[in-house]
Amino acid sequence: MARIELDLAHAYKVNPLRDEDYALLPLKMTFNDGGAYALLGPSGCGKTTMLNIISGLVKPSHGTVKFDGEDVTALLPQQRNIAQVFQFPVIYDTMTVAENLAFPLKNRGVSPQKIKARVGKIAEMLEMSGQLNMRAAGLAADAKQKISLGRGLVREDVRAVLFDEPLTVIDPHLKWQLRRKLKQIHSELKLTFVYVTHDQVEALTFADQVVVMTRGRAVQIGSASDLFERPQHTFVGHFIGSPGMNFLPAKKTSTTLEITGQRIKSNWVTPDLDQFTLGIRPEYVTLTDASDAGAVQAVVTQTQDVGTYWLITSTVSGHTLRARVATHQPIPKLGETVHIAVLNTHTCFYNNEVLIA
Amino acid sequence: MQLVLERIEQKVAAQTYLYPLDLTLVPGAVTVLLGATQAGKTTLMRLMAGLDKPTSGRVVVDNTDVTGVPVRDRNVAMVYQQFINYPSMTVFDNIASPLKLRREANINSRVQALAEKLHIEPFLNRLPAELSGGQQQRVALARALAKQAPLMLLDEPLVNLDYKLREELRDELTQLFAAGSSTVVYATTEPTEALLLGGYTAVLDRGELLQYGPTAEVFRHPKSIRVARAFSDPPMNLLKGELSGDAVLLAGGVRLPRSTSNATSTNVTVGIRASALQINASATTIALPGKVELAEISGSDTFVHAETAVGEVIAQFTGVHQFELGANITLYLQPDQAYVFDANGALLSAPIFDSRQ
Repeated sequence: MARIELDLAHAYKVNPLRDEDYALLPLKMTFNDGGAYALLGPSGCGKTTMLNIISGLVKPSHGTVKFDGEDVTALLPQQRNIAQVFQFPVIYDTMTVAENLAFPLKNRGVSPQKIKARVGKIAEMLEMSGQLNMRAAGLAADAKQKISLGRGLVREDVRAVLFDEPLTVIDPHLKWQLRRKLKQIHSELKLTFVYVTHDQVEALTFADQVVVMTRGRAVQIGSASDLFERPQHTFVGHFIGSPGMNFLPAKKTSTTLEITGQRIKSNWVTPDLDQFTLGIRPEYVTLTDASDAGAVQAVVTQTQDVGTYWLITSTVSGHTLRARVATHQPIPKLGETVHIAVLNTHTCFYNNEVLIA
Repeated sequence: MQLVLERIEQKVAAQTYLYPLDLTLVPGAVTVLLGATQAGKTTLMRLMAGLDKPTSGRVVVDNTDVTGVPVRDRNVAMVYQQFINYPSMTVFDNIASPLKLRREANINSRVQALAEKLHIEPFLNRLPAELSGGQQQRVALARALAKQAPLMLLDEPLVNLDYKLREELRDELTQLFAAGSSTVVYATTEPTEALLLGGYTAVLDRGELLQYGPTAEVFRHPKSIRVARAFSDPPMNLLKGELSGDAVLLAGGVRLPRSTSNATSTNVTVGIRASALQINASATTIALPGKVELAEISGSDTFVHAETAVGEVIAQFTGVHQFELGANITLYLQPDQAYVFDANGALLSAPIFDSRQ
């Protein structure tokens, strides 16, 4: 197992000049030994580039990759002692499940007794003990992908296991079972896991620490609740949650606070800046009434009965503000003027897209 | 326009794709076709469009029998899963093509207006291949909208986009549908998407039309276990029970106070939506102690899989909550929030809902 340190940048172009020329902007990052990490972001954000740099498939144009302090930047993937699991099953159809699982060990000359013990253990974890002697060819796609996972996990001495969207081929209703397996396996084997996905459910469920990426930059590293409660960057607020965080421009003078141009009487402490952006999630705004001086006035533009709650979309002086309202509460009508409280312990404040308070 | 399907049936060789069904689409509204893959959604749409002729039954448009009238002689717009555009035409020409074909006036300004609505205005002079997937699908949607056909059919149009893009585009589409006068049919596998689209929902399962009605009503009053299954995400918790006086006895000796008249047998199934399971007790709730199997976090919600006395259940909580694997948990249920289905799977009683709008 290894602690992985990145201090690098990567450009596919020869002489990168502008930010857009970089697939990965200069970054420093440490993946702790035994941690479960996810790299999360939309396509083109740089997450796969980062994974490929860790595995050695891509050599960074600038900087270094270290495993436990040792510089491995120049080493090939096969010299780095890592295991990889890809989107699609990579297995030998003609071999049995047991032979497939044993393959990475056999290749390295591990003794037959040790192989048997380890293969038995991994098969048990993946609930495949009963299928060990079956040919891989006849198995369903998800069983094949389980074998791929097993092959990634079978070696005890790997320094990290890297996953590239490994649940793509799994049926939606089976996904949660494999997510649970992966979590259990991680807590039992204590391997360093790095998991690439564009799916927030997968990342937030699987990882202790999620790295949220956009346009070649890692904008936040944190737990699921860090990302939900205190997004460090407006992109994180927007990307995590469905729908994402609401953002409203605010202005302050020594005596007044204006949100989207509406004067707000509130004793709530706000940043000492002339201008900033207020961020609040639809789950945390509350519908109140005209007597609440701390609320903004909005006009309802859409009401959606989502079954288990209502989603109310409104505009506040031209800005969209969404509220998630419990079904047992009164639901405003389309075109109705409502008052929405946006200042509470969950409110975040941003300046130039970065969290300031 | 008024589209009526009368005793429509579709067979291919010995296989039945659609069992005889009647469906009168609500004119000028959105109808969602909801069902898993192979449910018959695409088959039904192809019959509506005139791409296929039904084995038996009639397709009636505005009181005229159009059964067997091919698609080119009908006024229908279609959007598919794959982003289909004319590769050698610019984005402008793609959107303008149905208008040019009909030699319509003001083509320029109409294309501009649509491009603006769908945020593809900057790309009008580019070729589709130069755009991202999300932008390409916007072009296909703009072309379908340009046609201003009285019937618009969309077959899982957002399935190939990542979730943030889907969210955005779904929002725009709902507003465009509401502003237009077309009768819209939208196929999806996702219950949440159906709820967000609103309108009316037709639930399909293995070639059968199970229920049609206003979306929220079908969600709250599924006629059968099959409808409830198709229209719940996460899956509805289904527990075998036995009627005993004014209660249902569940596994593990759990007693659910709930009376139902008109049951013909004491064998029933209790259905509990994940959102009906709470973490807080009240005077009237019943307790289901158990152990956490996995907490899945979607960003806006946490889905807890738990092993309890009544069996394995899934509970849904708003926001991000951390639960350790194997931790003790007690879930609470308000008895009047449960569904009761009879031995044949038909709904005996639904929860009591307030309608506050």
